[in-house]
Amino acid sequence: MSKKEWPLWEVFIRSKAGLNHKHVGSLRAADAKMAVVNARDVYTRRSEGISIWVVESKDVYASDPSDADSLFEPADSKIYRHPTFYDVPDGISHM
Amino acid sequence: MNELSIDKLKSRFQEKIDNDIKIEPNDWMPDDYRQTLIRQISQHAHSEIVGMLPEGNWITRAPNLRRKAVLLAKVQDEAGHGLYLYSAAETLGADREETIDDLHTGKAKYSSIFNYPTLTWADMGAIGWLVDGAAIMNQVPLCRCSYGPYARAMVRVCKEESFHQRQGFEIMSTLANGSPEQKAMAQDALNRFWWPALMMFGPNDAESKHTEQSMRWKIKRNTNDELRQQFIDVTVPQAAMIGLTIPDKDMQFNEDTGNYIHGPINWDEFWEVVKGNGPCNKDRIDVRRRAKENGEWVREAANAYAEKRARRKSA
Repeated sequence: MSKKEWPLWEVFIRSKAGLNHKHVGSLRAADAKMAVVNARDVYTRRSEGISIWVVESKDVYASDPSDADSLFEPADSKIYRHPTFYDVPDGISHM
Repeated sequence: MNELSIDKLKSRFQEKIDNDIKIEPNDWMPDDYRQTLIRQISQHAHSEIVGMLPEGNWITRAPNLRRKAVLLAKVQDEAGHGLYLYSAAETLGADREETIDDLHTGKAKYSSIFNYPTLTWADMGAIGWLVDGAAIMNQVPLCRCSYGPYARAMVRVCKEESFHQRQGFEIMSTLANGSPEQKAMAQDALNRFWWPALMMFGPNDAESKHTEQSMRWKIKRNTNDELRQQFIDVTVPQAAMIGLTIPDKDMQFNEDTGNYIHGPINWDEFWEVVKGNGPCNKDRIDVRRRAKENGEWVREAANAYAEKRARRKSA
């Protein structure tokens, strides 16, 4: 079977106004328009969304899991970025 | 990569599993883990797709519009479940076309339950109640499976399956409370689907060659026999409630454990159906193969249309 396969698309759904689009899975479709229609049928049969984004999977550039330590370590060591780092004296409120 | 580093990767991998950290598509994983998941997820996907056929058989003959709308929605869900699962298999590097061709050539398996015919409307009740009921027992623990995309697909599937089981039970309960003929039809469906439903959990633990490794990898969380017992324990009282009899004359209630102990399962029948000699094996695959062949021109046309639109856009 050497027929051209439909490309793979990543599907993102906004579940209601005010929330982000969130990745829900992937599917195959001939083009973007068809991907949206298929995503409607595959991922929103029970009113799970009000808006759909589709992105061709090959266009997603992802960070490498084996780089995760060095990539995210700088955030781990900066504990002073969190409010819990600071002592608030007794009697101080609204802070 | 040298031996030492592979050992290190393997132990780090197992450590993640032991600490309940999910494995995601781009993470390093042992090849056996990948192959086991591809096999299991694609079999699961095939089961959803082939599973549409026994019920599809009754859509045009549903007794009323409500039942017909419900059955259509259920069968459409099964198609959706198949698609979630094929995508999950693709995240492991499985080629979708090859995966589907493996089903059509008989290389890949699917759940044996779908090789039994659906002879009466009551079978729609028995399938929803027993087959979806057994599937739910199997799938709920899979929501905690160590492989992220499979676990996430299972969460969606389980949410949707609960209506499948309820609609089946509703059909059975309506028939069981109907005329004597209707009640007999419900009992007959239960008689035919009870044992194949118990076989859905797979061979006894002692015979199950994949269980041990799958549990160590947390792909599987319970053994076949544990899940089968759970299913029996919840289903037997349901049957009693609607006045139907479980077709197992040896079944006994164990007062100490609170379990219903079933009689011997006909494993010869199970293996025969697995090997391809069930009542409908050949028909199911023929239908799937024809569906793919007859849809070829549609897929080609969609490709041609997409190419034409892309050309216009760039011109």
